[in-house]
Order: sequence, then structure tokens, then C-alpha cells
Amino acid sequence: MTSNVALIKNSSWLDFLRKTGVWISILVVIGAIYGYLTEPQITTSMLASTLRQSTPLVLGALCGLLGERSGVINIGIEGQMLLSAFTGFLANVYTGNLLVAVMVGVLTGALLGGLLAFMSVTLKMDQIIGGTVINILALGLTGFFYQTGLTTQGKLQPIELGPLASLPLVGPVLFENPPITYLAIILVFVMHYMLFYTRWGLRTRAIGEHPRAADTVGINVNRMRYINVIIAGGIAGLAGAFLTLEAVGSFERAMTNGRGFVALAVMIFGKYMPFGVWGSALLFGFATALQTQLQFSGTIQIPHQFIGMLPYLLTIVVLAGFVGRTRPPASEGKPYETE
Amino acid sequence: MAMQATEQEVRGTFGERLAGFWRAASVPLMAILLAALIGAIILIISGANPIDAYAALFRGSFSNARAIGRTLEKATPLILAGLAVAFAFKGGLFNIGGQGQLLIGAIVAAALGFGLNGLPFIIHMPIALLGGALAGAFYASIAGALKAFTGAHEVITTIMLNFVAINITDFLSNGPWKDTGIVARTPAILETAAIPKWDSIPLGFFIAAAVAIIIWYLLFRTTLGFEIRTVGLNPNAAKYAGIRVARITILTMAISGLLAGMGGSIETLGVVGRFQPGFNIGLGFDGITIALLARTHPLGVIPAAILLGAMQAGSSQMQFDAKVSFEIIDVIQALILFFVSAEMIVRWILRIRGEGDGGVRLSSGWGQG
Repeated sequence: MTSNVALIKNSSWLDFLRKTGVWISILVVIGAIYGYLTEPQITTSMLASTLRQSTPLVLGALCGLLGERSGVINIGIEGQMLLSAFTGFLANVYTGNLLVAVMVGVLTGALLGGLLAFMSVTLKMDQIIGGTVINILALGLTGFFYQTGLTTQGKLQPIELGPLASLPLVGPVLFENPPITYLAIILVFVMHYMLFYTRWGLRTRAIGEHPRAADTVGINVNRMRYINVIIAGGIAGLAGAFLTLEAVGSFERAMTNGRGFVALAVMIFGKYMPFGVWGSALLFGFATALQTQLQFSGTIQIPHQFIGMLPYLLTIVVLAGFVGRTRPPASEGKPYETE
Repeated sequence: MAMQATEQEVRGTFGERLAGFWRAASVPLMAILLAALIGAIILIISGANPIDAYAALFRGSFSNARAIGRTLEKATPLILAGLAVAFAFKGGLFNIGGQGQLLIGAIVAAALGFGLNGLPFIIHMPIALLGGALAGAFYASIAGALKAFTGAHEVITTIMLNFVAINITDFLSNGPWKDTGIVARTPAILETAAIPKWDSIPLGFFIAAAVAIIIWYLLFRTTLGFEIRTVGLNPNAAKYAGIRVARITILTMAISGLLAGMGGSIETLGVVGRFQPGFNIGLGFDGITIALLARTHPLGVIPAAILLGAMQAGSSQMQFDAKVSFEIIDVIQALILFFVSAEMIVRWILRIRGEGDGGVRLSSGWGQG
């Protein structure tokens, strides 16, 4: 397996981390300590909010990453999140059980992942249009079946992780979060391990880079793409469940607000690496937290609409600045045809 | 030259052209039928009678002159939104940002409509109309330039610019361009800027249809159109042939935005009469469905837009008569989009042999366009 250099762990992310990550982390830590000493409450709530805002982005970007690593572009993340948020919400309204509701959300996402796989692998449709179908379908279905006045029976509550939660600053930020926020962080590690240290991961990367070669050594390219896109859909479904069951507690029309697309920028900025994705999701989460903080504090006299643009402008800037410097999986977007 | 073929030989006989038309139209027609069928199943599940619902939908859109006027009114911005997407497709670009360009076009048209005093209709209306269109062109060319110079994929940048546009127009209509009173909206446009109606038939519809013909001519009868289509088919070959790809990419986006912006202008000047937030949400996505239903042909956009316009015009009648939530038309639209793009399913049902024209191919990755 050592013959194919491209498939071995892409070591460029280490360089990337070394070059930029260290400096950014040092700056972030100094900033956080300085903030905590001067404005302890605002700093704590800002950091906690950063982490929570980043959760749907981490999950959405992991969904996109898994798809593209296997060669399938997914711009339907937005729709997967939206419909899952809705079904999870409905399940909670009618059963009152949060666990069931989360599972319904994940299943919905997986189902839509199956639809995307069907369109892009079996029908060999253009993948960008396939994703658009999912987005429009989700918008239509949630609009049609939505009834006003429904509320969830409770939301997912923060879990304090023993004595860790009582540490100053770090405690409330890292160790006092609701379950899906923890799960997103765990998934980052799991995804990294799975992609780079297991057979499944090697095969996944192989079918995204060079499906023909993967096929010759006996990997069933299309079956694997199906499985991965379905798993990825489940992760997007978890992001949807996060929105209704953990963050908001109710459903609103088009409540994903472009997060599915922002997640794609997060994925590109994260260089298709789980840890990179996590880092860039935190950056975007920070932009959103900053936006909320500025809107509520009212200390700076800028019309709130300009603050509201922040995460979107950041996405554009990141995309413009980084898309040429990342190398996407070579075979993404191309249906695989056996000879 | 004696070898030169006649027009007839190049374009084929009438019979051949009719067969060609059927080949092009059969898939969209079948897609509409299948979507209506699945829509009916969803209606039955939700406890409604699909026949009643569809009958009411038809009554509300075509039964009398007023209904037809409403259908054409709804179809007008849809034609332009569809053209915007179809035109960009021809150049190999996917403009999902029609919504944002439309909003920018609408608010600029409104500002020119209420802000310019003392101009006669013959000057004021065209200025407001073109002003909105140009604003849309400028806004879309941002995404075009980002694509041409940095490789940032237009699908993400245009979506993000949609959200930015919502914020910009929200700010303008609630700030500098706000009407007196508490409601966040611009003042009403002056009479001299309004696009009139002839009886119940909106004149804006004919402007939109004329634009569709101009776009067809531009794409298929001019050098620029040839260059745009060449870039759309194969940017590398185009570059090799000496076409300046970056310039064409920006220009394609700008013209696409011009069309979307004009859709916003016509809606403002002909129907709404001012700008208010929440203006025509969803038109950008409708444009995608229309463009694909029209198989990205500029003239096909007109009937496709009339179909969707009729669904929108009739939806309130359907809600009233058959007690069906009007969002069912969004579901049907999504299904139409699915079946149109999943050509293989339809071809299998119709038993059409051979390859189609392949449909649209866009996904070449985020940075490689």
C-alpha cells in the first residue's frame, strides 16, 4: 500500500498546522486570558457561544468532507439539515422523547443521503443539481407540512462533566455542554481516525482520488459511495437535530439560514481534514458569536444588518483566499463508470 | 460556392424539426406529469382530494381574463429568473444567486422610481428598469470576478451574496430609503415609473418575453454567444482557441445578474410599486427549476415560467376551495426539478433510446472550474 503516495496521509496538513495553527492558537489563548481578566462574563459566554455556533458547521462540514473524500459533492447539506431539523422536531412533539427525536433526525439525513447517492451514483446526474433538488425538496416539504404553534417537549440540556465543569473559564466553555456539541467534537476525532488509520478510510480516499485504481484492486466503488454518502447524510441529520432539539427548541421556516453552504466553505478552509474542519468551524462560530454579541451589547454604532453580514462575508473571503490553495479529491463530482 | 448547403438542409425538414422538438419536449412534459402524480399522492396522504385541488389550481390560473392576467403577472419575474439561470448554465456557471441579484435590482428600481422627479414616463420608466437591471449585473459580477480570479465556486459565493443582499436591502428600506411611518419599506414609486397594465394583462410580461428572444439571439447568433457557449462546454478548449475565459466568465455572470435584476425591477415597477423586505422570497430557486425545465433554452423558459406562474397564481384559489396549503406547489416544483434532471428515469419510462443531449454538467469540483 505504500506505492501510492497520494493516498498516504496527506502530510500537508501538518505543515499547515505548524505554520499557521501554532500562531493562531497562541493568539487565541492570549486573547482568551486577556478577555477573561478584563471581562470575565462576556469572554466566557462568547467562547461558549463560539463552540455551540460551530457545532452545526462542524457536523455539516464533516458530512461534506466524507462525501467529497469518496468523490461525491454534496451541496444538499442545507436541505438535509433543514428536513432533519423538521422531522426531529415533529418526532419530539409527538413522542416527547428526545432520543427518539434525534434518531429520527439522523435517519432523515441518512435517507436524503441515500437520495443523493441514488441521483449521483445510479442516475449519474450532475451532483450539483442533485444537491439542489434536495435543497428545494426540503424547503417545499417543510413548508407544506409545517404548522404554526407547535413546540418541543423540552430540549437537550447541558451535561456537566464532573469536577472539570467547575474549572474557571475552561469549565463552562468546554465541559458544560449539551450532548450533540460533545458528540460533534468526538466525531472529529473518530472521523480522523477512521479516514487515516483504517482500511475503510484508505478505501474511501481511494475511491475519491482514483476510483479506477480502487476498482482494479477489487473495491466496489459505487457501493462504497452509497454507504459513505448515507453515513454523511446521517451526520448532517445530526446537525439538523442540533438546531431544533438543542439550540432553538422549535422549528422555523428555512431556519438553517445558509449553514449548509457555510459548512462547505468550512470544509474547504479546513483542507478536507477533520481537524482542519474543526478549526475553521470554530473560526466561523466565533464570527457568529461576535455578531450576536455586538448586536445585543449595542456598544458599537453600526446598523445591525452590517453585523449580520459578517459570517457570510467571511465565507466569501475564505473561499476566495483558500480555494486555490487546497487540493480537493481528484475524482469528486465525476460519476464512476465501470468498463 | 456550389457546395454550400441550403438553409433547409442545415436545419432539416419540417418533419425532422418537429421530431427534434418532441425529443426536446417529451422529457419535461413527462417530468411535469410524474411530479403532478406524486403531488397527488402527497395530497391524498395529507387528507385532501387531488382532483379538487388541481381543478381549483386550474380555475385560479386560467379560467377568466383576470386569472390569466394574474398568471402572466406571476410568470413575468419567473421568465427573467429562469433566463438568468439558463444563460449562466450555457456559460458553464450555476448562478444560485438570482435571489440576491433580484433584491438588489428591485430596491434600486424602487429608489429610482420614487427618487427621480419630473421625468416623463417615456424616460423615467426605462431608467428605473435598466437601473435595477444594471445593479443586478454589478452584484452578480462580484461572484463572476471571484470565480475568474480566485476560483471560488459561484454556487457558494452567490448563495452567500444572497444573504448579504437581504441585509443590504433590509438596511436601505429601514434606513436611508425608508418611507415615512413605522413600516420598513421604501416610498411608493411615482406614476411615471410604473409599468402599466393593458386591461388585466401586464405589459411587463411582453418586456420579459422580448428579453428572452434577445437572449436567444445573443446566444445562438452572435460571436459573443458562441464564445460563452464554448467556455461553457470546455473552458480549456476555449482558452486554447484564444477566448479570454476570465473575461467571458465575468461577462456571463454579469448578464445573468442583469436578467435577474431586471426581474426584480419589473416586479417592483409593474406589480408591487415599492420595495418591502420579504420581497418575493424563493424566486431564485424557481429560476433553477424553470431553467432546467426549459432544458436551458432561452425560448423554452417562457412556457416553463408560465407553467410555474400559473401554479403560483392558482395556489390561493386552491387553498380557498380545496383547503390545501399552497406550499404543495413548492413540493411539486421540487419533484419537477428532480424528474427533469433525472432524465434517465423519464427516458426509461418513455422508452426513448440512445443518449440525450446529456443535460447540464457543472460539478467539476470547487476550485477547478
